[in-house]
Amino acid sequence: MESRQLIDRRHLDFVLDEVLGVDDLCRYARFAEHSRETFGAALSLAQQIALDKFLPHNRKSDLNEPHMVDGKVVLIAEIGEAVAAFCEAGFSAVLADAGRGGMQLPFVVAAAADGMFCSANAATIAYPTLARAAANLLEVYASEEQKRLYMQPILEGRYFGTMCLSEPQAGSSLADLKTTASPRDDGSYAISGAKMWISAGDHELGENIVHLVLARIEGAPAGVRGISLFIVPRWRVNADGSRGARNDVTLAGLNHKMGQRGSVNTFLKFGESGDCAGYLVGTAHQGLAQMFHMMNEERIGVGLSAIQQAAIGYQYSLDYARERRQGRHPDQKDPSTPALALIEHADVRRMLLQQKCYVEGGQMLAYDAALLVDRQHDPDDSVRRDSAALLELLTPIVKAWLSDYALRANDLAIQIFGGYGYTRDYPVEQCYRDNRINPIHEGTNGIQALDLLGRKALMHDGAALKILAARIAASCAEAAAIAELAPLSRQLGQALVLVRDTTQAVAARLGQGEVRLALANAGHYLHLLGHVVVAWGWLRMAVTAQRALAAGNADSAFYQGKVQACRHFFAAELPQVELAAKLVASAEASAYDMRDSWF
Amino acid sequence: MKILVGYKRVVDYNVRIQVKPDGSGVVTEGVKLSANPFDEIALEEALRLREKGIATDVVVATIGPADCQAHLRNGLAMGANRAIHVVTSEAIQPLTAARTLLKLIEKEQPDLVILGKQAIDDDCNQTGQMLAALWNRPQATFASKVEISGSTAKVTREVDAGLETIEIDLPAVITTDLRLNEPRFTKLPDIMKAKSKPLESIPLESLGVESGDSLKTTAYAAPPKRSKGVMVKDVAELVALLKTKGLV
Ligand SMILES: Cc1cc2nc3c(=O)[nH]c(=O)nc-3n(C[C@H](O)[C@H](O)[C@H](O)COP(=O)(O)OP(=O)(O)OC[C@H]3O[C@@H](n4cnc5c(N)ncnc54)[C@H](O)[C@@H]3O)c2cc1C
Ligand SMILES: Cc1cc2nc3c(=O)[nH]c(=O)nc-3n(C[C@H](O)[C@H](O)[C@H](O)COP(=O)(O)OP(=O)(O)OC[C@H]3O[C@@H](n4cnc5c(N)ncnc54)[C@H](O)[C@@H]3O)c2cc1C
Repeated sequence: MESRQLIDRRHLDFVLDEVLGVDDLCRYARFAEHSRETFGAALSLAQQIALDKFLPHNRKSDLNEPHMVDGKVVLIAEIGEAVAAFCEAGFSAVLADAGRGGMQLPFVVAAAADGMFCSANAATIAYPTLARAAANLLEVYASEEQKRLYMQPILEGRYFGTMCLSEPQAGSSLADLKTTASPRDDGSYAISGAKMWISAGDHELGENIVHLVLARIEGAPAGVRGISLFIVPRWRVNADGSRGARNDVTLAGLNHKMGQRGSVNTFLKFGESGDCAGYLVGTAHQGLAQMFHMMNEERIGVGLSAIQQAAIGYQYSLDYARERRQGRHPDQKDPSTPALALIEHADVRRMLLQQKCYVEGGQMLAYDAALLVDRQHDPDDSVRRDSAALLELLTPIVKAWLSDYALRANDLAIQIFGGYGYTRDYPVEQCYRDNRINPIHEGTNGIQALDLLGRKALMHDGAALKILAARIAASCAEAAAIAELAPLSRQLGQALVLVRDTTQAVAARLGQGEVRLALANAGHYLHLLGHVVVAWGWLRMAVTAQRALAAGNADSAFYQGKVQACRHFFAAELPQVELAAKLVASAEASAYDMRDSWF
Repeated sequence: MKILVGYKRVVDYNVRIQVKPDGSGVVTEGVKLSANPFDEIALEEALRLREKGIATDVVVATIGPADCQAHLRNGLAMGANRAIHVVTSEAIQPLTAARTLLKLIEKEQPDLVILGKQAIDDDCNQTGQMLAALWNRPQATFASKVEISGSTAKVTREVDAGLETIEIDLPAVITTDLRLNEPRFTKLPDIMKAKSKPLESIPLESLGVESGDSLKTTAYAAPPKRSKGVMVKDVAELVALLKTKGLV
């Protein structure tokens, strides 16, 4: 298939411009220099670089995993060329202040731009986006001197960065991390420990790598309250910004992954020779809180990346279903009639529509959440407060629902390709493998579910959930006024009641001290609330589409497709929340009560 | 040296063109529009000449509807110094385009005009040639290499027989072929800078151009689908088949 159809720009523009109206952000001082035109130009540039520089080596880098030669990581050359094009175009500094050479683009537009790179090549885009995440963290917490030495070169595309949280014995449970930091006379710290799973942990793409490392200062309290954040450069940096001696960070090994093979994943050792210099960022013992400050944005990034892999798989399978001819309708017995295109078969159309529902509904949710990040620039502080609360609530859903359903979408894409989908001659098996990481990293989906039900849904007396419910109710009221959508509006209203009742049942059980049992079905709760917010997104898209149709818009097939997908989601997906709600509200305990020895 | 670059907006080359059901044209609603790829090559060449110190001023011009402004801003973001927008809501044909560009030449007095050899919407491949004739200046079409020295240009052209190199006096019209260069990517900060670069709008009516549109479109239709092929077992059978079909 030609690369040209792979990114559905029409849908993206529909969500950003027609449904969410992101140009509204231009009334904020921070984005005053922007307009729909500058947003569009940035997105077009991203699309062009994604298709020209990232997509073409996607398979090649899957087949040619990074390897070590003389202790150095070797990547295929195309990765470096793509990353260079990304950095030269200024995408490393897309969010940064204009004063630092950045474009000061809203987060939602930058996320949409990133999404195109994720679709084109999820592995290669990891290098510059990890670096950018490190820069964003430094922007908030680092001293001016640290920003000059370590952040500015990232914005300029010269340095790269990593996030070093996980250790072999501490993955989901960061409270157990063991890496230590001992104060040295010059104000720096000697770092010692091992970090596992570090993406982009070692490579030769830039002049330096800035590792952001979580470690425990000697004598710090146990658990999460004793963790601090350090800058640990691969090469030390002199006061004038020139590169100094090699720091004591060693590449102890590479992990060989199922997918995203082009992004090197490393096991790193710090201070093996006792001379690893680290520099404290912000306040001691606040490391995890600082890291998590950035996590909302990172987790939206994970959800979006997942759904963008689903999106490209959907486009591949749609194209294939239109080309491949096979079989006849169940009531057509005459073998002399020509075989039909796969898309003519009801079951294939179901698989396509299901993908469309997950992909486009998922993108809508991701952009909606991303927009909440930008609302932090609103002059009205009640808007800022509500947006922040809603973002907290939606983040685990964006991360987990999107990464779960994105995989289902890729699974359906493979199914549509039949036997060919199972081979490496077609791209959809790689989409699935590349996508399989997303339910695991940045906090597993199991952990996200606990975060949602154990904290976010009930925090401040359920305040965030109330804000969400009010917004959903407002959309329902709008939809109720449109005859075609009125029944869907009622259905979503009923699902909202189910959310409220289920949440209250959990709160009551928690109140009785039955914490473990109350949270045992947290995964089902995430599925419930996820389906409700995605249905909400679909209803809003359908309202916009119905209005365009009523106004006689010439692109009627596009809008009809939105309304039809909305109907499908409400008919085939939303009713699933009833089962989920029942399991959660009744604290169904068959798994909880299962004993180890009974397996 | 001043260079005038033709910079037409067309349906993006990535879009699968669809004919409107009533045959009155192709669908453009909701369809991505972008610069004609040959014109991007033209702009790239002009920018390179400026970077070499040969040109000082690069002006991009388009003839099109009011919403072409964003398109011209892209040309400015890529690096042009100024833009001229000749505004018309009607689609125009090559002769009218050439006459309009001639008016811009009279106004701007460029030393060189670079156009794409054709636009990918109508594929006419006429405007550059017509413009050179109307202007009464030399032309070098299908350029794959351009070297300027003093007031002459040495241009390598892609012709049926291979490559041909000619020397022409400036001012002149050059039209670009695909292999002339690979256009650069824009940079994000330049998108912001482009907002404050000069963009002049001129209504087509005000230029006093006599319309040269003489072709009338009666209907649009999609090309017929390729019919199924047949497998032959060897060359002899192929030749026999071609003979029976009267193809050799
Ligand atoms: C490709 C890849 C890239 C990565 N990149 C980075 C990186 O750049 N930096 C970094 O620091 N880390 C990175 N990681 C690590 C990643 O964040 C961890 O793998 C993840 O947090 C899970 O930890 P774990 O692998 O130790 O699994 P475990 O914590 O052992 O979890 C195993 C399973 O048990 C479940 N589980 C664990 N604890 C609980 C609990 N309390 N309640 C319920 N269920 C539980 C989990 O949900 C999961 O299903 C990466 C991992 C991979 C695979
Ligand atoms: C690893 C592997 C091993 C195999 N081993 C063997 C073997 O040993 N011997 C052998 O003979 N074959 C073998 N096969 C072939 C396998 O049986 C076929 O791949 C399978 O029957 C599907 O056919 P297809 O791949 O042509 O897909 P298609 O028939 O093109 O189907 C593509 C998609 O369209 C759907 N579809 C097609 N027709 C209809 C319809 N009428 N109504 C609704 N939906 C429809 C399908 O459900 C599927 O989702 C193997 C395949 C693989 C991948």
